[in-house]
Amino acid sequence: MILARRADAAMDLPMTQAALPKPRQSLRQQEARDAFLMLLPGLLIIFVITLIPVLYTFILSFTDTPLSNPRPQNFTGLQNYLAFLKQPLFWQTIWRTFYFTVVSVGIELVLGLAIATLLHSRPPGWKFLRTSLIIPWAVPTIVNGALWRWIYNADYGALNGLLLSLGIITKYQPWLTQPDLAMNLVIVADVWHSMPFIVLILSAALATIPTDLEEAAQVDGATAWQRFWLIRMPLLKPAILVALVIRTVEAFRVFDIIYVITQGGPAFRTVTISYLTYLESFSYGKLGSGSALSFLISIFTLAMALVYIRLLYRPEGRQ
Amino acid sequence: MFHKSRPVFILVLVALLFSLVGCGAQPQADTGPKVVKVLTMQQAGPTPEEMNAIVAKFNEGNPNVKVEIEYVSYDALHDKIATAMATTPPSYDVVLVDDIWYAEFAKAGYLWDVTSKIDAATKEKVFAAAWDITTVNGVTYGMPWLLDAKYFYYNEKLLAEAGFNAPPKTWEELVAMSKVIKEKGIVEYPIVWSWGQAEAAICDFVALLFGNGGTLVDAEGKPAFNNEKGVQVVQWMLDTIDAGISNPASVSYVEEDVRNVFSQGKAVFAVNWLYMYELANLNKDESQITGQVKFGLMPAFEGSGVESATINGSMGFSVVDKSPNREQAWEFVKFLTSEAIQKEYSAHLLPIWSSNYEGEALNELMALNEATPVTVPAFKAQFPFSHVRPKVPYYPEASKALQLALQEALTKVKTPKQALDDAAAKWNELQGK
Repeated sequence: MILARRADAAMDLPMTQAALPKPRQSLRQQEARDAFLMLLPGLLIIFVITLIPVLYTFILSFTDTPLSNPRPQNFTGLQNYLAFLKQPLFWQTIWRTFYFTVVSVGIELVLGLAIATLLHSRPPGWKFLRTSLIIPWAVPTIVNGALWRWIYNADYGALNGLLLSLGIITKYQPWLTQPDLAMNLVIVADVWHSMPFIVLILSAALATIPTDLEEAAQVDGATAWQRFWLIRMPLLKPAILVALVIRTVEAFRVFDIIYVITQGGPAFRTVTISYLTYLESFSYGKLGSGSALSFLISIFTLAMALVYIRLLYRPEGRQ
Repeated sequence: MFHKSRPVFILVLVALLFSLVGCGAQPQADTGPKVVKVLTMQQAGPTPEEMNAIVAKFNEGNPNVKVEIEYVSYDALHDKIATAMATTPPSYDVVLVDDIWYAEFAKAGYLWDVTSKIDAATKEKVFAAAWDITTVNGVTYGMPWLLDAKYFYYNEKLLAEAGFNAPPKTWEELVAMSKVIKEKGIVEYPIVWSWGQAEAAICDFVALLFGNGGTLVDAEGKPAFNNEKGVQVVQWMLDTIDAGISNPASVSYVEEDVRNVFSQGKAVFAVNWLYMYELANLNKDESQITGQVKFGLMPAFEGSGVESATINGSMGFSVVDKSPNREQAWEFVKFLTSEAIQKEYSAHLLPIWSSNYEGEALNELMALNEATPVTVPAFKAQFPFSHVRPKVPYYPEASKALQLALQEALTKVKTPKQALDDAAAKWNELQGK
């Protein structure tokens, strides 16, 4: 239909030009305008469901609007932001969230790369392995959280059962009450759930690397290690970048798994920045400062994405 | 300049715009049944099957009302209500409200003022303490529904194995008994609590604090939980963990975890709401210790001059102020809390109607099912010793600060004194706002 319309417009053109001494619009301009009109419905939807809420939240972040009456009111300027930046609780939470993100994504990437490489070499039963890897990823996060909460349970959990039967512990341990351990346990649950995503992306990328490159290198006497670092890794970089950015942004906003496993405990040691935002906005009913927090999250996430792009992404030809 | 197809673009755009605008306001047809959406929880009171039966009965007399019930866990209930109220019309017409939220929700204007809708007979026949739950500054915002307190449970069989034939009357006695239980290897940890980072921890703390002669706030409403009495209580909690008397996992547990551990016979004592009795003692699908569960009066500390103390954890059903079907919603609330329904389902929930607890009616109530012969006397003995938490609009934030303090003390991040002082400072700050 579009093609027909374009042909139609092209035929119209000479007539229009003949009627007017000087064409007001070139074909190119007309095309741009039509393209814009065609995109407009999509843009409008994006505007209504994304931009308006973002702008609304931005306005709310400069007020002390309560949740009970969510129209922006009582403008307080930068006070919400300044109050958080001055609070030790905020910085502890940011630091904890970074810890979660770096450790969790780091482990996922290393393990994910290892498993993807292994699968790529087609070991016996690799199809079964590849399929079973999807299972943790297919489990909804809430279910995953409930599952791990049960595994970690101090009185009837599977982890205690396993460690006891292996003789590593002599009696059941209350894992989730230990302030220094709780966050790491949440990380394990998150890695189990999210690593398959990285394996999938990297497996797909590995499949696109031409085998003749590595074969040629092998003929030239490159070791397996050299082939991996000098041929595979540079070609995998774009895929790694995509996986890293998506996972980092996701991990930085982690909420559901924590809500289910620890509820932020013990002693706030697993409260991340999204959990804090939830507490501010919905438990304490402070929509204004909750909005400010969500904007601070956006700023941090944006900064991290920029760092990644700087570190890993080089336009073609500048390498 | 004008293309033939331009009108099509405009038409599509306008249609899109209308479809977006239409998302929010779908006017309800006047002819169909009125829908009453209820938000409640499963942790107390009738089971979902019983609730469905109640709705079916309600529909016999009110065929033109469709009741839809949604359940969430207690710990999600407050936030779910608060978020749902931000829209017009709100997502629910009837909500279950905990006594600690009434002040906040009343101030926010979420709940319908039903003061004038309650007749004198109803007012008279329901416990005065129950009306206190749903009333803020003289205005009544709903019907009381659940009169609950935390109870002291013990496993009679396991306690007898340790050589005791009566439950402890003081917390000191409990410690002494627990040492014997541990020595005899009956269980690893004699008592299990809900001291996780949730409201449940505040409930257990209040029971212990008032049992030590302390209070949460003083006469002026200033925090008092950080005085000597409060510090002693938190130190005692910590000491019992260190001594292996309190289950160390209590620091991550809420009520359902307590029920699971106790129902597996892994604890001799437990502190929980009334609902645990039927499930732990009578329900073979849910418990391995049926027939072994008994109530004792909640102990207090020696020398405190207190006989017993516990937490009042009562709740009410309220109609949402912005609901388009307030009258129908109120009819359902009245039905749900009516004397007949409450008596019929008293196995999981005791009636709020005081006349049922005296004379012939009491005998009748106790003969209604397998649970009431035990739960009714337990209620009569324990409920008078129950204490309420402060009714203040900023309660959720204040509570979270105290939860954090308890967690910090129990995980040894801070000393009990330091942790409680920090929480008290936060309470003062919230009060000043």
